[in-house]
Amino acid sequence: MSVSDASEAARAAEAAARRSYGRLVAFLAARTHDVAGAEDALSEAFAAALADWPLHGVPRTPEAWLLTVARRKRVDAVRRQRQGEEAAAQLQWLADLVADPDEAQALPDPRLGLLFACAHPGIDRGLRAPLMLQVVLGFDAATIASAFLVAPVTMGQRLSRAKAKIRQAGIGFEVPQRDALRERLDAVLEAIYAAYAEGWSDPQGADARRRNLADEAIWLGRLLASLLPDEGEALGLLALMLHAHARRDARRDADGAYVPLSEQDPVRWDAPMIDEAEALLSRANRCGGSGRYQLEAAVQSAHAVRRLSGRADWVAIEQLYDALCALTGSPVAALNRAVALAETRGPAAGLEVLDALADDTRLADYQPYWAARAELLARHGDVASAQDAFHRAVGLERDPAVRRFLQQRAAALRGLTSP
Amino acid sequence: MEYMLLLFSDETGFEKLNPSQVGEALAAYRAYTEALQKAGVLRNSNRLRPVNSATTVRLTSGKTEVLNGPFAETREQLGGYYLIDVPDLDSALSWAARCPGASHGVVEVRPIWPMGSY
Repeated sequence: MSVSDASEAARAAEAAARRSYGRLVAFLAARTHDVAGAEDALSEAFAAALADWPLHGVPRTPEAWLLTVARRKRVDAVRRQRQGEEAAAQLQWLADLVADPDEAQALPDPRLGLLFACAHPGIDRGLRAPLMLQVVLGFDAATIASAFLVAPVTMGQRLSRAKAKIRQAGIGFEVPQRDALRERLDAVLEAIYAAYAEGWSDPQGADARRRNLADEAIWLGRLLASLLPDEGEALGLLALMLHAHARRDARRDADGAYVPLSEQDPVRWDAPMIDEAEALLSRANRCGGSGRYQLEAAVQSAHAVRRLSGRADWVAIEQLYDALCALTGSPVAALNRAVALAETRGPAAGLEVLDALADDTRLADYQPYWAARAELLARHGDVASAQDAFHRAVGLERDPAVRRFLQQRAAALRGLTSP
Repeated sequence: MEYMLLLFSDETGFEKLNPSQVGEALAAYRAYTEALQKAGVLRNSNRLRPVNSATTVRLTSGKTEVLNGPFAETREQLGGYYLIDVPDLDSALSWAARCPGASHGVVEVRPIWPMGSY
């Protein structure tokens, strides 16, 4: 085999993995709920592909090839592990499993059911996003562990337990019916957004694997929006992620220094991506309702108008955060509302709200609370308190570029007080 | 549970910084230490003088041997530690990620093993 054959095969396998991984897992595990068994069979199928494709060429339909091989591996595994009627039933089911790709394409996309299984109420809330990344996209436990700041061995155990739960509790891969859909959809959206947020928190993009995570979350968001085209919140989430993603590069200047949103040059925002987000948001609004993600996407849209008008629409932002506070009761929404109030009615009004939030333990170690407080105190002229708040924010920050930015803001204040 | 955050870094990196960068780096550590205190999780912390100040002692075949320098000559050396008390490893890791040492070196997180437990 030549090097180019091997790399072409590897590329084809990678593309097939990205496009088909979740679909194949869903097919293989639909009846048995055995996600771990399906993944084992698939990883053997991918290994077989890397050995076979360089020699015989990439098959016309890689997905069908992989499904056929994986199904054979599952049959072998079931024969080894199980006996009696249970084995007979599973083997019969595997034998009937669709292997014709054209037929497979015609079915409703099974990944949707898999997303709902991963975000099932029986799965720990904090584990739903990691589980989706592994089961639907094929990320390994070590990469997921780094993204969510968990020890790799712990993440591996938690994922295994979650898959055992799906199997043992018989968590179905069906899309919930109308009444339950809204509630269950929230959990799916939340998990996708959590995956995006973890990818976004690496603003340097220094960690290639993590930058991938934000892209992959958007990919999941696109998948969900295409499978549920009339769900306003699914469209809203995708609009929100695209708006945020459009500003990704603008968060750093040429020297790698952090640039806060208010100082970013809108020319550096990704205009086509913003346009796409705006179109999605309009579609979402036509679907009716005004859920959390539609509101948050609308906030981003009100920031994005700065590229046209030169100023963010703070009046709209304040109203949107009013609605978000009422809807979610989230302390983070309350914090953002305070920042908006400072723009519309002056820093004292914002600080009043922040003072009222000071006893919320959920914000005590939350860097953005202290950074916002520091900025408003500085604008209000309370330099000494602003310094303290900047200091606290520096101590809670993970990103060295943001840490340096906060330190420089504090140092600039010192310049104001010295003679 | 108590965890030790062990800060390893290349000592020569610090020597290359200009005075204002050194000031900024030390201020970042002070801010981090205070954030740990305010969160009520800090038990103890210290930094260590550079490895050229180290002396090692060992007893081999009944004879005491004293040597200049650190036990292991590696590029990244132990330069300080934080002893923290947090509910679990996840929480210890989130504090480790905020440590300035994580961006210019490595932070190793180890659970404390109390005497008397197995």
